Amino acid sequence: MNKIFWPVLLALTLSACSSTSSTPATVEDHTSGATTSGQAAGGNKPAGGAETTGLGGAGVAGSSLDGSGKYTGDPRKNPASPLSKRSIFFDFDSFAVKEEFRPLLEAHAGYLLSKRDAHVVLQGNTDERGSREYNLALGQKRAEAVRKSLKVLGVPDAQMEAVSFGEEKPRNEADTEEAYAENRRVDVVYTDE
Amino acid sequence: MLRAALLFRLFLFALLSTPFAAHAVMEIQVVGGAANRIAVAMLPFQAAPGQPAPGLAQIAGDDLKRSGQFNLIDVTGTQAPADLAQVNPGAWRSKGAEALVVGQVTALPGGRFEVKFRLLDAIKQTQLAGYSYTITAAQWRTTAHQIADIVYEKLTGAPGAFGSRIAYVQKQGKRYELRVADADGQNPRTVVRSGEPLISPMFSPDGASLAYVSFEDKKPVVYVQSLRDGERRKVAAFKGSNSAPAWAPDGRRLAVVLTRDEASQIYLINADGSGLSRLTQGGNLDTEPVFSPDGQTVYFTSDRGGSPQIYRVAASGGEPRRLTFNGSYNVSPTISPDGRYLAYIGREDGRFRVVLLELANGQTRVLTDSARDESPSFAPNGQAVLYATVQGGHGVLGTVSLDGKTHARLSESGVDAREPAWGP
Repeated sequence: MNKIFWPVLLALTLSACSSTSSTPATVEDHTSGATTSGQAAGGNKPAGGAETTGLGGAGVAGSSLDGSGKYTGDPRKNPASPLSKRSIFFDFDSFAVKEEFRPLLEAHAGYLLSKRDAHVVLQGNTDERGSREYNLALGQKRAEAVRKSLKVLGVPDAQMEAVSFGEEKPRNEADTEEAYAENRRVDVVYTDE
Repeated sequence: MLRAALLFRLFLFALLSTPFAAHAVMEIQVVGGAANRIAVAMLPFQAAPGQPAPGLAQIAGDDLKRSGQFNLIDVTGTQAPADLAQVNPGAWRSKGAEALVVGQVTALPGGRFEVKFRLLDAIKQTQLAGYSYTITAAQWRTTAHQIADIVYEKLTGAPGAFGSRIAYVQKQGKRYELRVADADGQNPRTVVRSGEPLISPMFSPDGASLAYVSFEDKKPVVYVQSLRDGERRKVAAFKGSNSAPAWAPDGRRLAVVLTRDEASQIYLINADGSGLSRLTQGGNLDTEPVFSPDGQTVYFTSDRGGSPQIYRVAASGGEPRRLTFNGSYNVSPTISPDGRYLAYIGREDGRFRVVLLELANGQTRVLTDSARDESPSFAPNGQAVLYATVQGGHGVLGTVSLDGKTHARLSESGVDAREPAWGP
């Protein structure tokens, strides 16, 4: 009896939680008209009817509360899983995928093979030194190298796209070797996140 | 009474002559000069009431100074000659002048002006050029640049480029603007505004359009935009990345770099987006194409040899030939209008600098002494190279003469300038 009591209680509690957030919005937006300054501005801004914007997206680990119950289930959000790591880093002037990223690539390949409707965009980046057009092409080469590694692990072409931002979207804009190293990377971005 | 009326007119005039756009203008600083400079006495022109400021002699004199090829004789305190026909060049020869420029401006009805100028040989005491123009106030700076072009051409033998324009990208925070300005950095006008990067602008050969790459669709796409009315169309928006547009000299085709077949490869396409054909093969990294002035050759950057180097290939296709052999990173070719020189960026000891290559004999000369140079672009008269660099932590533009001796910096505080292109 005890064996099923707690899980059932837990399930009931969780379902009670999700039923109160059954509105289409995913996360409460605290900047909506519900604040007093919004209402004081006059006009017809019903407190609960303001449009909220979900915070779901890359970088917010495990806080999305959408109705399909991904909260506890998505392995990509588990910080202990290699799936939560999304970046492959490269040496200067290089597009070679280093051996240390093999576990990461194997994990993402495994996920993509288990979920045939999942898609990734592989975004290639470079540090800011040198020609912009050459860096756009180098970023593409890095993204292609990751795509080929995933393909070797069995991922079909239809589930992947390689693109490049070159040096245009640095993660770290400082002028240091550390910043440069952080920018020489490919990000694995799932299209449904 | 009279004084108040005069002050009022000056005030009104100052308002009317405020530049068209409230854009900040780039500052120019020039350093150095050619070993042998031509000494010119540029006398102040006789002024007309209500004429724009600064004076024509000032604008033209600044143009000539910036070229590094002239030594402007000090003319402070000199009066403009009252009669252009009665000028004594010999008096200036004794002050070291080889040539003398005199002129006058008279006001015409309807807010127009008549401009006359003469260029005189101070040694032979002959006239080298004499012109007369009828202009509006809006044509003031253009007229000054034309005078500078004539003086430049008569005294050096090479055509002037003082009336030409530059395009460049300006970044402030997360906002990007593609701007077109006069070659001296004046009159900047924004032609594209975006919250996503803009790169690789290039003027069409007739100067009427600008090709560029925009990331506004979250990936690079090539656009061609009319400078007259701002209308634009996508020329290359294929699957993958589309970038590095380069006009063919006939203005009807462009070379572009596409990744639709996986690797970055060079393709040719008509300006209306039709007629795609592939130029490079092999699946390496090929990019930064640029046509030779006769349209027969395409120069480009490739890593097919294991490191980025500059190659040439026939525009009709064929086996590319390597052109750069010093160092492990040579990129971004730009070709002089006479087809004799290539300028590019060479990396040595981690420093990216502008290098000049004489195609006939393979000789190279490093033109700059900086460390973060990019995007070289030849002047339309082939006498200088425009490029982007970093100074004081932000992006500025620079020009350098082909002998490496005259340098200019164009900068605007608070903004990053990059991706320059020099056009007609």
